[in-house]
Amino acid sequence: MANLTPELERERLKICKIAKDAGLDCFETVFELITYDQINQFAAYGGFPIRYPHWKFGMEYEHLSKSYEYGLSKIYEMVINTDPCYAYLMEGNMHMDQKLVMAHVYGHCDFFKNNVWFGKTNRKMMDQMANHATRIRRYVDRYGYEVVESFVDTCLSLENLIDRYSPYVERSIVPTKPVESDRQPGDFLLRVDRAYMRDYINPPAFVEEQKRVMSEKANKRAKFPPEPERDILKFLQQFAPLEDWQQDVLSIVRDEAYYFAPQGMTKTMNEGWASYWHSKLMTEKILSDSEIIDFADHHSGTMAMSPNGYNPYKVGIELFRDIEERWNKGQFGREWEDCDDIRERKNWDKKLGLGREKIFEIRKIYNDVTFIDEFLTEDFCVRNRLFVYKFNKRTGRYEVDTRDFKAIKAKLLFFMTNFGQPIIRVDNANFENRGELLLTHLHEGIDMQPDFMNATLKNVQKVWNRPVCLVTVMDGEPHLYRFDGKEMQQVKLGSEDASGATAG
Amino acid sequence: MPIKEDHNRFRDIIKGKVKEEFKKYVTQGEMIGKRENDFVKIPLPSIDIPNFRYGPKQQGGVGQGQGQPGDGVGEEGEGGQGQAGNNDGEHLLEVELSMDELAEILGEKLELPRIVPKGNKNIDTMKTKYSGLAPVGPEGLRHFKSSYKRALKRYISSGTYDSSDPVIIPIRRDFQYRTFKRIVQPQTKAVVIYMMDVSGSMGDEQKEIVRLESFWINTWLKKHYKGLETRFIIHDAAAKEVDEDTFFRTSESGGTLISSAYRLCQEIIQKDYPINEWNVYPFHFSDGDNWSGEDTRLCVKLLREFFLPNVNVFCYGQVESKYGSGQFLKDLQKDFSGDDRITLSQIEGKDKILDSIKDFLGKGK
Repeated sequence: MANLTPELERERLKICKIAKDAGLDCFETVFELITYDQINQFAAYGGFPIRYPHWKFGMEYEHLSKSYEYGLSKIYEMVINTDPCYAYLMEGNMHMDQKLVMAHVYGHCDFFKNNVWFGKTNRKMMDQMANHATRIRRYVDRYGYEVVESFVDTCLSLENLIDRYSPYVERSIVPTKPVESDRQPGDFLLRVDRAYMRDYINPPAFVEEQKRVMSEKANKRAKFPPEPERDILKFLQQFAPLEDWQQDVLSIVRDEAYYFAPQGMTKTMNEGWASYWHSKLMTEKILSDSEIIDFADHHSGTMAMSPNGYNPYKVGIELFRDIEERWNKGQFGREWEDCDDIRERKNWDKKLGLGREKIFEIRKIYNDVTFIDEFLTEDFCVRNRLFVYKFNKRTGRYEVDTRDFKAIKAKLLFFMTNFGQPIIRVDNANFENRGELLLTHLHEGIDMQPDFMNATLKNVQKVWNRPVCLVTVMDGEPHLYRFDGKEMQQVKLGSEDASGATAG
Repeated sequence: MPIKEDHNRFRDIIKGKVKEEFKKYVTQGEMIGKRENDFVKIPLPSIDIPNFRYGPKQQGGVGQGQGQPGDGVGEEGEGGQGQAGNNDGEHLLEVELSMDELAEILGEKLELPRIVPKGNKNIDTMKTKYSGLAPVGPEGLRHFKSSYKRALKRYISSGTYDSSDPVIIPIRRDFQYRTFKRIVQPQTKAVVIYMMDVSGSMGDEQKEIVRLESFWINTWLKKHYKGLETRFIIHDAAAKEVDEDTFFRTSESGGTLISSAYRLCQEIIQKDYPINEWNVYPFHFSDGDNWSGEDTRLCVKLLREFFLPNVNVFCYGQVESKYGSGQFLKDLQKDFSGDDRITLSQIEGKDKILDSIKDFLGKGK
């Protein structure tokens, strides 16, 4: 498989050894040298050589090829989280770039292997993806291209409705399908052979009591799932009236979404960690004198952070460096937190040398949310000149909002929780006792994009095959959106007048 | 590569979308504005797979740099070079279609027949094409790469290749030379001559219609004739030749003598486009208001004696205008009804552009 030139192979061995000596613990890593067109293809496929047939990959491919051809962007590295780890080098890159990429990749590889959030990842995903492709191709042959494609479109539209933490939770209760009651309304009454005996055998009080019990039971049954479910894809897979192949397609889309989820959950850490190590290894061990300028140019280009965009490479590497320095100097713990003297804080150095150990510990057990929550400090934000920006309706542009530490932290955490996507769950699969699906959006200050929301709700309905409802907040008012397969209804909640307005 | 399959599928979907909304694109003219050489850019907003996501305006984010609260930070974008990760970019899709693809869509939409070039107007051109390799040939055509490969093969198969000293010395029988073939290609040449009435009665809206229509006609003809030439004539009481830009912008006032344009057109054809070599397509757009019956008779005479026997098809498009009488169309209909060498079309408004194109090009001439 590996097809490196002798020079690159020599460098690879050297860099691999340097990385190992520095303490990185990687899967075996296979580098392949490929052309820009291949790298665009692989990138469009999310890093994999084979995916199921779908036009969205073609769209991504066109986008990547165009921006490469116009010289707008270039992919330097790509690495797949599998065992062994596969990484790609682009033919024709500068020799220094290839070394940089290799060093960077070993950083990623160490992270993939050791970070606990990747613990549940299928390391044979390469085979799994190929397997998915085969299955979907088989359905295409059997049911027709357009039929399968349109269902895949529907599933992809719901792709992000998974519970990112669920792989790490051991669940004991397996929900079962709701059992349709076959008891007739009169069943609970005792048998009466003679009409005049009726009121004695089933006195009115008894009848009332039984009715109450029955309706309570019915209410309980109506509440399904018993607990709100965030893994909507799984819920649909189990309970929606799907054909076997559709169920399988849905499970494929769900599997792949779960495969990519931890990469989203650790983006900042992962890139920060890899950048930290490429920078350290390159400058200390790998670079020759003549390559320093090129390296600095490339490195600073990758680390650049514009005023209006968050760069995980930059924030990640700076945080790791900050942590290493703080733990080396002992700038942590109660004593440090309580110290208000600026000069003392500046010269604080207990010479503990715990930095290296600490960052290795962090890369093992943290994800982006806990990482930012625990290690982002006010000093750090000031030093890196971070700020929060927001859209100003009055001026019609994005503006600097505040440099307040708490606001910055809250904003970062908000985008890292659930990967910056709205949290939506199934609250009731028998809403209004009509078999309608009720979804609830846990609104946290940001409305959903209305056109996308409507279109997605329609896709949920396609799968559920009964009317679906979504409760969310729009323009400050709680609303219920209901789509029954024909028209979209929008009802303002909390007001008496719930007759509702009808919208396209 | 498997991606090609997905890519083709994506292109098909785009073309399908454009086709669906074709009428909108034809009448809006925004496509023409975004033309770049052989491509047009078409904004397609709705192709993304929808999912539950936050609206952009309330979001904001965390940035880095100078600035006080209230300072602008520019448009939302991604910092750094980075690699293409798994995050989906939020680009509004602006797809590029080649003029060829566009012509294909036009053809499919209107069910236009392929144009059959007029007989005997093909000139044959000779071309040399390098087609293969041979062991003999002039030194100037020696093919270095394959000569080297053969030498290398010889070394390896004879066991004399030494990887620590990989010097390859080719001998006579390693050399390969390029060979060529002469091929004869028929070449068709075509010219479109657009004539437009720019007299006072032709307003901006009428000109916009002419502009859109001629864009689409050009697109279709270009697909069939490589190196299509276009000439532009404007006329009121007198005619003159202008460039494309002026053609669509000029607004004159005054009377209308259509024959002046036909005369100029005749001159151009006689001077530059020998009839036996060229496929000639004169298009005339007017609001149908000619100065006098006499001039119309002159036009009819020119058409009958010069144009109809010599050109592929003569097209007259009459754009509805509130000032024009529309008489010219009726006169032509009277004189040439049933003659398929002339195509007449009435364009009531932007909505009718497609129908009019169909009138003009639907005959496959």
